[in-house]
Amino acid sequence: MNDNKNNGIPNLPLGDGDTIANSPSGVGGATLFDKIWLKHVVKEIEGGPSVLYIDRHLIHEVTSPQAFAGLEKRGLKVFRPQQIVATADHNVPTLDQHLPIKEALSRLQVEKLKENCEKFGIELYGLGHPYQGIVHVIGPELGITQPGMTIVCGDSHTSTHGAFGTISFGIGTSEVEMVMATQCLMQSKPKLMRINVDGELNKGVVSKDIVLYILSLISASGATGYAVEFAGSAIHNLSMEARMTICNMSIEMGARCGLIAPDETTFNYIKGKVFAPKGQAWDKALAYWKTLYSDADAAFDHEININAADIEPMITYGTNPGMGVGVTGHVPVLSEVNDQEKPSFEKSLQYMGLQPGENIKGHKVDYVFIGSCTNSRIEDLRMVASFVKGKKKADDVEVWIVPGSKQVEQQAIAEGIDKVFLEAGFQLRQPGCSACLAMNEDKIPAGKYCISTSNRNFEGRQGPNARTFLASPLSAAAAAISGKVEDVRDYMN
Amino acid sequence: MGKAINIIRSTVVPLQDENVDTDQIIPARFLKATSREGFGKNLFRDWRYINDDEATPKADFALNNPAYSGKILVAGKNFGCGSSREHAAWAIKDYGFDVVVSSFFADIFKNNSLNNFLLPVTVSDEFLQKIFTAVEKDPTTEVKVNLGEQTITITSTGDSQSFDINNYKKTCLLNGYDDIDYLLSMKEEIEIFEKAKA
Repeated sequence: MNDNKNNGIPNLPLGDGDTIANSPSGVGGATLFDKIWLKHVVKEIEGGPSVLYIDRHLIHEVTSPQAFAGLEKRGLKVFRPQQIVATADHNVPTLDQHLPIKEALSRLQVEKLKENCEKFGIELYGLGHPYQGIVHVIGPELGITQPGMTIVCGDSHTSTHGAFGTISFGIGTSEVEMVMATQCLMQSKPKLMRINVDGELNKGVVSKDIVLYILSLISASGATGYAVEFAGSAIHNLSMEARMTICNMSIEMGARCGLIAPDETTFNYIKGKVFAPKGQAWDKALAYWKTLYSDADAAFDHEININAADIEPMITYGTNPGMGVGVTGHVPVLSEVNDQEKPSFEKSLQYMGLQPGENIKGHKVDYVFIGSCTNSRIEDLRMVASFVKGKKKADDVEVWIVPGSKQVEQQAIAEGIDKVFLEAGFQLRQPGCSACLAMNEDKIPAGKYCISTSNRNFEGRQGPNARTFLASPLSAAAAAISGKVEDVRDYMN
Repeated sequence: MGKAINIIRSTVVPLQDENVDTDQIIPARFLKATSREGFGKNLFRDWRYINDDEATPKADFALNNPAYSGKILVAGKNFGCGSSREHAAWAIKDYGFDVVVSSFFADIFKNNSLNNFLLPVTVSDEFLQKIFTAVEKDPTTEVKVNLGEQTITITSTGDSQSFDINNYKKTCLLNGYDDIDYLLSMKEEIEIFEKAKA
C-alpha cells in the first residue's frame, strides 16, 4: 500500500483547516464519497447507522404533508427552515397553470404545501413563481446544489444532485419529518462502486444512452447497497446537465446515490447562479470544492470499466430500466434469459405487447414525452430543437415537451425554441413532472406506446396500461418525426 | 405508527414476481392523500383489479386468491425498487402485513419499511424458493419470523435461516422506538456539530 495517503497530491485546506479524511479502513486514499460523508457524521452508533447531517432539504407537495402533520402532532417546529426549499411539481397541471388546479385532491395537496410553508417559515417556489419547476431541475439551476453537500428530498431522483459532487439521496416521508425536526438522518454507510466510462462517444450517443447502457449491463438492482461514483474521460467531457442525467438514473440501478467529482465544468456552471456563493465566500468554497475527488489510490468495493465506443443509442423494451438494448438490437430471445428471470421477463413482454427476438427499431410510437428530472433541461430542449428544426411530427403522434422549470421555459422562449416546436407540431407545456409519473392529467392512454425521456418504464408508470420506451431526447425527437422508433444515426451525417 | 414487533408466525401470501417496484405497490394516482391512513385498499391496485374496478378482481393475483392470507408477504428479488414513496410501506402495513420476505430489497424501501415497523427479512434465493415451493404445495404453511433471534423458519419443514439487521434498528423494532425520538435526543450534539462545521 502507498504510504503517502494522498498519492503526492498536496493536502489542500478543507474549509477551516481540517485535513483530508482518509478512508475509514485506513487502506488507500479517500474516495470522493468518504470525504463528503466524514464531514457530515455527527455521531457513529456502534453496530448501527451514523447520525448524518443534512445541508439542504428539498421538499414538494406529494411526500411532505404527512411529515408536517407529524411535526405538528409532536408539537415541533422546523429546526432549520432556511435549509429547506419547497416547490410544487409532481402533481401540477402542465396547461393553464394560472388557473386554479381542476382536480380537487391535487389542488388540496398543492394548497397544503403553501399553507405548511407559510406556517413553518419555508421558502416556496410554487406555481406562478419564476423559480418554480421540478425539484431536481431548480436546485442546480438556482445554485442551491453545491459540491460537498449532503442533500435529501422525498423523491428517489434526488440522486441527480450527485452530479455536483454531493451525497444526495431520496428519502421517505418519515425521514422528511426527521430532517425537518433535526436536520439529520440515521444512515448506514453504503459500499462504494466506481463506474469508469472512457473514450469518445459515438455519433448520436448522449448521456442518457450511457446510463441506459450501464443499466442494461448491471440491471435494475446492480448497484443496490452502493454509492456509485461515475468517472472516466467520457463522463468528464460531459456538460453539467448531461452529468445530471446520469446521476439521476443511478437510483434505477438501485444505488443509494450517484456522484461525479466536481471540476472546472462544475465550477463554471455554479458561478453566478442565484444562490451560489459570491466574493470571498466563493473563493473559500472553491478552494474546498477543489479537494473533492477520489484520491488516486482510493479503494472501491467494486469497479466497472466501460468503453464509450461500445455504446450505441439505447432503447428499453421491458418494464424496468435495466431492460434496454442498443436501438439496432432486439428483444432478447428466451434462451438469452436465465431461468429464474423468465417469468418476470415474459410478463414484462406481455405487458409491452412485444415478442422475444423482435426488433425495436421501426416499432410504432403513439406518444412522445420529452421531460422529467432526467431530460427536461435547456440543453435537452436545444438538442431536440436542433434536430427537428424545419421538420414536422408524424400525423398520428402526439408530442409533449414539458420543460423542467419556469427558467428553462423562459430560456427556450428567449431562444426561439418554442417556435421550432410549434412549427413541428409539438406541444410545449408548462413545467412539472407530468407524464413521467402521470400523477396529473398527463397520462398515456392504455395500450399506447410512448417513447419517453423520463426514467422509468414500470407498468402503469405513465398511466394505467401505458407502454413506455425509455430513450434519449435525440431518439425521442427522431421518433416524433417518423412515428416509429428510429436509429437517430440514420438522420445524421 | 410505533408498534413493537418481535415474533410473527403466520401463513404467507406468495408473490413470485421479481423487481416489484413501488409504482406497482401503490400507483402514483393514489399518492394525493395528505394523511398516512387508508393506503391498504389500493395496495397493488393495478395487479388486483381489471380496469381499476373493484368489482372485477384478477383471479390469478395472489392477493385475490382465497387460499393465501396472513401477515407475511413473500416476494421475488429486488422488491420495492423505484420511487421513494413511503406510501408503499404504508399500503403494505395498512393491508395487514407485518413482514416482507425477499432475497433482495431496494434500499429506500427497506428504510421506509423499518420506519413503519414493517420488517423486511432478506433470505437467500434458495430459501426464498423453499418458501414458495412449500406454500405452493400447501397454502396453510406457516412461517415464523423471530426478530429477537434473527431467524426465519418454515414451521412444517423446520427449514430455518438467520437474517441480518443492525443492532440499532433491531432495538428500535423490539421496543417500538422511532429514529426521530433518538434524533430529537441528539439536538444538543447536532447544534454543537453545526457550530463546528460553520
